Amino acid sequence: MENMRKTIFGRLDTLTVLLYCALVFVGLTAIFSVEHRTADTVLWNMSKSYTRQFIWLGVSLFVGLLIIMTESRFFSSIAYLSYTIGIFLLIITIFAGVNVKGSHSWLGTGSFRFQPGEVCKIFTSLAIARFLSSPETNFKTRKHRIIGIALALAPAVLILAQQETGLALVYFCFFLVMYREGLPNAFLVVGGCVVGLTMATLLLDKWVLFGLVTVIVLVAAFLMRNTLRRNVVAIIGLASIWIGCVLFSIVLVPFAFKNVLQKHQIDRIYSTIGQDVPAEYMKDLKPGEKVVRKVNASEYNVNQSKIAIGSGGFWGKGFLNGTSTKNQFVPEQNTDFIFCSIGEQFGFFGSFVLVGLYLSLMLRIIFLAERQRSHFSRVYGYCVAAILFFHFAVNISMTIGLAPVIGITLPLLSYGGSSLLSFSILIFIMIRLDSDRQVLIR
Amino acid sequence: MSLAQNPRQYVIRFLLIGVAAVILLRLFFLQIFEDKYKIMANDIAIYRKVVYPPRGVIYDRKDKVMLYNQVVYDLMVTTSNVPKSFDTLKFCEVLGMDKPTFDKLLHKVHIKSGPRRQGAFLEQLSQEQTARYQENMYLFPCFELLERSIRTYPNASAGLILGYVGEVSPAMLKTERYASYNQGDYTGMNGLERSYEEVLRGQRGVHYLERDNFNRPRDPYKGGSLDTAEIAGRSLQLHLDAELQEYAEKLMANKIGSVVAIDPSTGGIISMVSSPSYDPNLLRGRDRSKNFSKLYKDATHPLFNRATQAAYQPGSTIKPMTALVALDVGVIGPRYGFPCGGGYGYCGRHIACTHSGGGHAANLRLALANSCNAYFCHIFRMAADAKKFGNVKIGLQKWYDYFYSFGYGHPTGVDIPFEGKGLLPDSAYYNNRYNDVWNSCTVVFVGMGQGELALTPLQLANSMCIVANKGFYYTPHFVKSIGGNEKDPVLKPYQEKHQVTHIADSTFEIVQLGMQDVVDKGTGKVAQLPGIEICAKTGTVENYAIVHGNRMKMQNHSVFVAFAPRKNPKIAIAVIVENAGFGATWAGPVASLMIEKYLTDSVSSKRKHLEDKLYNAHLISKYTYIIDSAQRLKDRLRWEARQAEKKYSDSVQAIIYNQKAEAWLRKNYLKNGGNR
Repeated sequence: MENMRKTIFGRLDTLTVLLYCALVFVGLTAIFSVEHRTADTVLWNMSKSYTRQFIWLGVSLFVGLLIIMTESRFFSSIAYLSYTIGIFLLIITIFAGVNVKGSHSWLGTGSFRFQPGEVCKIFTSLAIARFLSSPETNFKTRKHRIIGIALALAPAVLILAQQETGLALVYFCFFLVMYREGLPNAFLVVGGCVVGLTMATLLLDKWVLFGLVTVIVLVAAFLMRNTLRRNVVAIIGLASIWIGCVLFSIVLVPFAFKNVLQKHQIDRIYSTIGQDVPAEYMKDLKPGEKVVRKVNASEYNVNQSKIAIGSGGFWGKGFLNGTSTKNQFVPEQNTDFIFCSIGEQFGFFGSFVLVGLYLSLMLRIIFLAERQRSHFSRVYGYCVAAILFFHFAVNISMTIGLAPVIGITLPLLSYGGSSLLSFSILIFIMIRLDSDRQVLIR
Repeated sequence: MSLAQNPRQYVIRFLLIGVAAVILLRLFFLQIFEDKYKIMANDIAIYRKVVYPPRGVIYDRKDKVMLYNQVVYDLMVTTSNVPKSFDTLKFCEVLGMDKPTFDKLLHKVHIKSGPRRQGAFLEQLSQEQTARYQENMYLFPCFELLERSIRTYPNASAGLILGYVGEVSPAMLKTERYASYNQGDYTGMNGLERSYEEVLRGQRGVHYLERDNFNRPRDPYKGGSLDTAEIAGRSLQLHLDAELQEYAEKLMANKIGSVVAIDPSTGGIISMVSSPSYDPNLLRGRDRSKNFSKLYKDATHPLFNRATQAAYQPGSTIKPMTALVALDVGVIGPRYGFPCGGGYGYCGRHIACTHSGGGHAANLRLALANSCNAYFCHIFRMAADAKKFGNVKIGLQKWYDYFYSFGYGHPTGVDIPFEGKGLLPDSAYYNNRYNDVWNSCTVVFVGMGQGELALTPLQLANSMCIVANKGFYYTPHFVKSIGGNEKDPVLKPYQEKHQVTHIADSTFEIVQLGMQDVVDKGTGKVAQLPGIEICAKTGTVENYAIVHGNRMKMQNHSVFVAFAPRKNPKIAIAVIVENAGFGATWAGPVASLMIEKYLTDSVSSKRKHLEDKLYNAHLISKYTYIIDSAQRLKDRLRWEARQAEKKYSDSVQAIIYNQKAEAWLRKNYLKNGGNR
């Protein structure tokens, strides 16, 4: 084959590399614009995060180079080993984690810290790819489906135990991969229903919801009346769905809000749907105390973020002229809220280009995945696309008030070594696998 | 391609595109559809900083600085920047304070400005503190010296003329004059600082700065392209002679009264004293309000500008003007004599004259020189009763017109605020007062400067300019040029020549010669200066006050007016010393010494005894304090009564309004109800 005759660098997918470079460049620009002051004379200053991010970029490119030089087979062969190590690290972190802003998801000493949950995304992607691609696996059997789901969700459970809900939720994106690989539609439908029912529970009065569910079930029963007349199982099924929904909305959700979720998470969920937290869910409320309406922290974040993005207009305020982001009105604007600085300085035009870049990268990776000869590479490609998609969609949605504020980064843009490095590794492994797309990897 | 064309890959692609579309749609609404975020971003992020240019400097006629901006240093600190390892001991040693004071001041800044904003730790460091601190500055990087300027008066004189600056009060902000001011701005509160505010303050600059989430100003907004530059205030040059002013204040020390000296050829005020005066430096910087209330409560009223606000009966000093009127009306000639035998008895009562017999009023010059009361009472009556006017009411109105044109009875228009207008009665005034039944005898005292006539010292000095100039004057004013430009439009009203009624030059000449006789051989010999023809008139004004409920005759006010030299006059002066005695005893020497100093630049050694006499005199009446406290009590009672009355009338008004409103409602309600 002609392709195989080229050197390894000649076989890399140019478009993916270019999109990667473009996003990293946008990220550095955004961090620079947030931190730079006109009074600064020295650009190279280790106290500034853009300098440190630049160094991390160097590290990432070096690691990327190592990955390109590595044999493709290596990645499938270490998949299970790395997954095991990852799980082990996550367990250690639960007990030995450093407390950073209320979460125990970081390992390390002194100034060197890293988040195992971040790195574990790579290991889990590899493991899922390896599992689904192995000839012994038949994903049509229930047993293998359960194993696949367990592989994806085991790290999530461990990360949840570290009180880093946002990162744990990322692992749910592997359902998208498994959907591509043959998970029944019912999973998506049930998942969608659970989310919808939860939202309805929060938004509607519980008796109104009770009535609504009952009406829907009765309408369904009327439509299925012929089936129901003949089939007892169907009657039981419908009845149990009705009971399940009612129990979910009246018992389970309040239970979760009262006992499982933490105060800040409840605040975030309610601030996203634009409602006040009901008195019954207020954790720090003393008995008999009156409810005082106040702006909670995450609402402030989202407000400031919306002001920053909204004030950008069509063309934006111009590079280094973002009054909101430059002057630190938006908290966490280097990391989780980095999109604000793009939205403010480059306006709708800039946001459009950025969303376009992400969409191109994700679609390109799916395109790459679909052209792989080996099953392993394809599944892995979908994993990368799914992780990127979840991060991209949730991060931007939370800055514009479409999703609750959960602390996850914008891939390749947000400041932070762990995040940049792990996304670089994810993408470079995909690029490496793609360069060997004619080879069957096992 | 093991699973060719799996349909689910397209579902996933559509999901990706769909989510991106939702995000873009939301961004479209947020960034293009909604305007409120742009407004909110500007509100929170842009800080409008007003930059104050330096105020204009004020110079005297000899370019000596009278008022300038002194640079002082404030020590600023941001409390959160003070490290735990801060060398408090050394810092306290440098500034000469102790540890508790340091802690107290730091705590105050913390409370006032918050932990992250800069606040003033110590204001107006002394020179020694500044020097010591600057030497050790590198040790305390968290502190910063901030330069600031305050108005300073190097001479400690002319306080009421120069005025002072103060913060605009909320009540002032509501008026149109202060529409362009913000709370916390400084403005001239009195004197030239107030009347030339527009000139002195220059133009404020506005700088737009970005601010951060802790409200700290940061970079210039849009690179400073929207900023307007500040324009420095323009300087004023005065006609005032700082040296003479200081000398006059020294002569008037420990006396109540005032001195006004004007250059008749320009109307420029050379000196204006209201005694007791105060050190204007008291009313600047931190202690202003404290010192102000102290000065305000002082029984001698140092904040009251007697030179422009107080009205005195002019006494005999009005006699030259009475003579001018009588001559111009034509009822007497210069040789007209009056057989004064020590008093004037034509009006059914005896008006005493200090002289008797000897033909001391045999003609106008003699009468002026000897200040004969009878003579001037008589010629005043003659003028008022002149046949050509028909009756005394028209005659007195004519006299009023003459005096009005001499600048009496209305403010002269001097360029410092709050000028009084004195008192000049016209026929309507007397009609009102005497129920239409009065004649020239009723008002005869006015002819000799007593009775209902009252002038401010400035009016008195200004009328001397008229006599000196033989019939014209310029509005008295202080400012000679603005920013070096004498033709500034602001100064135009002061360069306009005011011609008084067309009295002939020869008439003025007669009066001038009479006034020269006052000095040469009359009552004002004290003012004689070798080689200079001085025209003057003494005045001794009877006055009464209520002490402990009794009307009591107080010691006479000593008044003296003069101008010199007679030909080509350079200075016209009016001096009043309250409750001092004869005009020639106290006011005369003051005027004379000032004329000498002004015209010859020094005071001859022969006249040192006069200076010493004045320096050592303490002429503040012992009753001043009693009268003042009684007056203040009266003022307070009157104020309280007025408040009570206002409260009552307000409540009555409110009841009336309520009733009207109720009636209106009832009427309209009933009407509507009826229509239905």
